[in-house]
Amino acid sequence: MSADAHDHPNFFQPQPGTKGGIASWIFSTDHKRIGMLYLYCIVAMFLVGLTLGFLIRLELIAPGRTIMGPQTYNALFTLHGVVMIFLVVIPSIPAAFGNIFLPIQIGAEDVSFPRLNIFSWWLYVTGAVLAVVSLVTGKGAPDTGWTFYVPFSAVTTTNVDVAVVAVFILGFSSILTGLNFITTLHRLRAPGMTWTRLPLFCWSLYATGWIQVLATPVLGITVLLIFAERVLGVGLFDPSRGGDPILYQHLFWIYSHPAVYIMILPAMGVISEILPVFARKPIFGYKMIAFSSLAIAFAGSLVWAHHMFVSGMSDTAVMVFSFLTFVVAIPSAIKVFNWVSTLYKGSIRVEPPLWYALAFIFLFSIGGLTGLVLGSAGTDVHVHDTYFVVAHFHYVIFGGLGFGLFGAMHYWFPKVYGRMYDKRIANWSCLIAFVGFNILYFPMFIIGLQGMPRRYYDYLPKYAEGHFISTMGSWVLAAGLLLMFWNLWRGIRHGKPVGRNPWGAATLEWMVPSPPPHHNFDAEPVVTHGPYDYTGVKPDA
Amino acid sequence: MHEHRDYEGAKIGMWLFLFTEVLLFGGLFLLYAVYLHRYPAEFHAAGKDLSRIFGTANTIVLITSSLFMALAISALQRGKVLLSQRLVLLTVALAGVFLVNKFFEWSAKISHGIYPDSPALLKLPPGEMVFFNLYYLMTGLHGIHVIIGGAVLLYGWHLMRAGRVTPEHFVFLENGGLYWHLVDLVWIYLFPLFYLVV
Repeated sequence: MSADAHDHPNFFQPQPGTKGGIASWIFSTDHKRIGMLYLYCIVAMFLVGLTLGFLIRLELIAPGRTIMGPQTYNALFTLHGVVMIFLVVIPSIPAAFGNIFLPIQIGAEDVSFPRLNIFSWWLYVTGAVLAVVSLVTGKGAPDTGWTFYVPFSAVTTTNVDVAVVAVFILGFSSILTGLNFITTLHRLRAPGMTWTRLPLFCWSLYATGWIQVLATPVLGITVLLIFAERVLGVGLFDPSRGGDPILYQHLFWIYSHPAVYIMILPAMGVISEILPVFARKPIFGYKMIAFSSLAIAFAGSLVWAHHMFVSGMSDTAVMVFSFLTFVVAIPSAIKVFNWVSTLYKGSIRVEPPLWYALAFIFLFSIGGLTGLVLGSAGTDVHVHDTYFVVAHFHYVIFGGLGFGLFGAMHYWFPKVYGRMYDKRIANWSCLIAFVGFNILYFPMFIIGLQGMPRRYYDYLPKYAEGHFISTMGSWVLAAGLLLMFWNLWRGIRHGKPVGRNPWGAATLEWMVPSPPPHHNFDAEPVVTHGPYDYTGVKPDA
Repeated sequence: MHEHRDYEGAKIGMWLFLFTEVLLFGGLFLLYAVYLHRYPAEFHAAGKDLSRIFGTANTIVLITSSLFMALAISALQRGKVLLSQRLVLLTVALAGVFLVNKFFEWSAKISHGIYPDSPALLKLPPGEMVFFNLYYLMTGLHGIHVIIGGAVLLYGWHLMRAGRVTPEHFVFLENGGLYWHLVDLVWIYLFPLFYLVV
């Protein structure tokens, strides 16, 4: 510990005059501690989701029964979806790294509503516990898929009731985080931190916050309606009672499509932080990147029905939604081009966070472009509900958000823990995960185009080769990820201590000690330059 | 650590929360719009079964309660704490009147066998079933909000008595009032949709 540790204990150490202990974490109102609580929960849930996905792949290695029966398989892919979407991906970067770094990046002491912040973590834990309870109680684990489509979700005897209540509570948690961030960004920016000096990570969280606030309530009412349908027999989606199941799909996707932008926008913000630091030059097109986050949030809210091209819609509606889907590609492409331009003629220093960022750009570009195949009504009819969709989704969310999250972990690790992980192993784990990822998901594009339907327990022999390669890839990917987590874990305990600014970054979090002290700043900082102005900034370790 | 007070921030947070409430009900209003378009005649027939007298009475009760709420806040701002406390209690009392009214209205319907999943309801034409299901869901969800709003205002009253909501620091009551106006506003839409336009 450094000499001033007694005067300014870091946020892991107890506050002066207190003993610390578990209660000082789980009832803490410190945004950094809450962020760490989220981070550990999210990593734990990620490992659960990873295991479930791993088992699904293992079952699919060969046609016919391999390790589990069809009902177990249905429950596993439902859980894989629910755990990964609602417990990992939606909270991931905003709730963990957003909580830890958003206030520091804008020079604030905390978020606007610290007590609401810890309340939202408790809601998250409640939702997670209920999700687990839904597995082991009632008549079996939910088997509907994470989309809970009616009419099946209304009639299945499995424990959907508890699962949808869990989703409702998790949605509430997500709303409170978004609301907190928007208010914080409006009210607590330090003097001189103008909107155009805001780090792009904050801009992406701002756009995400608006989607969380405006889209999540619709999911809330949708899952409540499933609950009402099952428990009270209300039947608003039941054709025998005058209802229309298609309306469920509309309501569900009105939330769940914007939700994929809740997932990807913060990861894009992380990439926008990492690239200029390691290219040693200001980000190219700052204003366009900031603006494109808002444009994605806005346009992304108007495209939900592209999930329903084969559900029965008028041709006019299909064309409108198809067109709007293409529109979203524009701000996404603006980001990608600006990132590449940032690297162009930079004096690039290759470090692990940059590798993850480059993997993000590569995988996200594949995911994004195949999204256009699905957004175009003609081709969608062919590949709808096939493995092509599974591959596209995982390229965007796992290749995008996932690698963005890993990039964030490697980028901010020295700041959070005051230590550095083994960079060589970090590079290797990134490479192994990247290779495994492509072996796992790329064959899915091909068998998807050949007509392999998603969510099926069994398949025709002609798809066997693709499934076999894919399962092989899942082993490589899992090995890479375990190596990565092990390396980080070892870095926490034995890593080489680092100073305030090991990467030579210019945003405010690198001006405070590593790990940051309880109140972040000794005195409120006054911001005099932009977040990517590296004049005179040098790495100190 | 200095105490952090940011009224502007607290109000921004509250308005964002109110957006989420509007969108929560928005999902149901969307369903209402679609089904009204699909079953205009059935909605008309079923709407006649609802008591306009009850509905009108409840509308008057809620609008009056909103008035008392607004008066309570301006009373507090002008330093009349006791008056403000009484006005808040009056608001809560009217919330109670609304709920009692609603109880009788629902009871009357239920005693005629009209409630979700009831044998009598299932014999009705599909459009009327949808109407009554929506009626119970939307007024039920609204009723829950009335209960929450009443509880929040009672807590505000308690804070005033404890001296923690004062003429200088009244943002809790103001935000509680905003919530109450939203509850009122939702009813202002529910009332014509179920009792008048069909």
